[in-house]
Amino acid sequence: MRRYLKLLWIQLRSSMLLALQYRWDFLVDGAISLFYAVTAVAPLLVVFSGRDRIAGWTAPEALLVSGWFILLDAIIDGAISPSLTSVTDHIRQGTLDFVLLKPADAQFLVSTARFQPWKLSNGVAALAVFVYSFQKMGRTPHLVGAFTSVALLGVSTALLYSLWILTVSAAFYVVKVDNLSYLFTSIFDAARWPATVFKGTVRFLFTFVIPLALMTTYPAEALLGRLEPYKVAASILGTVAFAAFARLVWLRSIAKYTSASG
Amino acid sequence: MSLRATVRALPTMAKIGFAEAVAYRAEMLVWMLSTTMPLVMLALWRAVAQDAPVGPYDSEKFTAYYLLMFITRQLTGAWAAWQMNYEVRTGALSQRLLRPISPIAAYAMETLSALPVRSLVAVPMAVIALFAVARSTLSSGPFWALLPLALAGGWTITFLMNILIGALSLYTESSLKLMEIYFTLFAVFSGYLIPVKLFPPWLRGVVEWMPFHFQVGLPVELVTKGHEWPEALWLLGVQWGWVAVLGALTAVLWKRGLKRYAAYGG
Repeated sequence: MRRYLKLLWIQLRSSMLLALQYRWDFLVDGAISLFYAVTAVAPLLVVFSGRDRIAGWTAPEALLVSGWFILLDAIIDGAISPSLTSVTDHIRQGTLDFVLLKPADAQFLVSTARFQPWKLSNGVAALAVFVYSFQKMGRTPHLVGAFTSVALLGVSTALLYSLWILTVSAAFYVVKVDNLSYLFTSIFDAARWPATVFKGTVRFLFTFVIPLALMTTYPAEALLGRLEPYKVAASILGTVAFAAFARLVWLRSIAKYTSASG
Repeated sequence: MSLRATVRALPTMAKIGFAEAVAYRAEMLVWMLSTTMPLVMLALWRAVAQDAPVGPYDSEKFTAYYLLMFITRQLTGAWAAWQMNYEVRTGALSQRLLRPISPIAAYAMETLSALPVRSLVAVPMAVIALFAVARSTLSSGPFWALLPLALAGGWTITFLMNILIGALSLYTESSLKLMEIYFTLFAVFSGYLIPVKLFPPWLRGVVEWMPFHFQVGLPVELVTKGHEWPEALWLLGVQWGWVAVLGALTAVLWKRGLKRYAAYGG
């Protein structure tokens, strides 16, 4: 365990050093993230213009969901996808061999290979959205709910990470997987809306198959203090099971890896 | 690079492009699945419009709008910018430049010849749409005659945008970030996520003039009773005006950019 913490530190440091070389990226990414935050909120404002409530959500409440969407997007771009997209290159070029030869868990190594700290500036935009929407509502976050939502942030990060591991595992079979990541982000885009807006099949899909509801709607409900405790428990249990499943798929896929020509 | 040589090579290029589209069919399916955003928006807007219509749109009208939007996006898609970025970075562009045909014509042919495979999804969708959509939401016959022209214009703008951004990678090594920004602007302002008519009036005036609106918004609006005759013809004119402007801009940027091309790698 201590060995892995040390490894994580080393990997983080090398990413930090790399990021410090491209300091201007901080400004560029900052500007881009501000722009994304605005475009993420714009559709919401159009949808809510002329009506107060949609499926039980007021505009500032729905804004909270968008805030969580922006925050999770920052986590994906900053900590999850940079490492895992490089895996697909490794598979295609056969350089995954070098990772597998190292005396540490391969999943750990590939998942911590690269972080993009500047992308986390998106997180600041998310915080601004939170502050703004609570100010609009004229109240403060529910205290217990705030803690729950932080716990749920961990849950959604684990979920997103597991989904990515599954996507990457697919790369062992179909090799060209860059567009699978586009598919992923385009589906994730639906998470900016409160899940209760959707009905029927779509809702089922977004709660159980691709648990978008759990990632953005539940934390927002927790902040508002109206998330039922059983949903929290179910989320945690479901995520643990899902992460274990992703791990299993990863192990099976890596066993099938036959190395491309060098 | 004579015009005659290009025309003579067109059928062969189309054949190659079609074969590529068939070879990468799984990839193409994933691409198409990643353009299902209009269907999510449809679910959302139908929920919103349940009790009362939003602006000129009620549930039925939203259904027609977004189903047609999905099909339009399939037919007017282009992805040359990613390809150009890749080829400039790896030096693969050199091989294209050696051929006696403008690379831009080759990119265009590759994009267009993927259409038959893409139609395999778009056409059944269109049939479903025809049954699912209430007739009262669709425009009368003569408006449909304008559709091919509007689709052609929409495709050309999308393609030129791709070439324009792709050509910028000759100046800045990578223009993929710009491509992301372009795509975000496209998604919000083209009518892809939100019908342009639903924007607040002050913003609408600007959005209607942007090239994004003419990429997919206009063709869909034309066949869903979006415009009266004079307005429809006027907008179609503006669309082709954008084609001319973007075409000229692309030609200049591409020509000047090629002089800077360093052919790395290889």
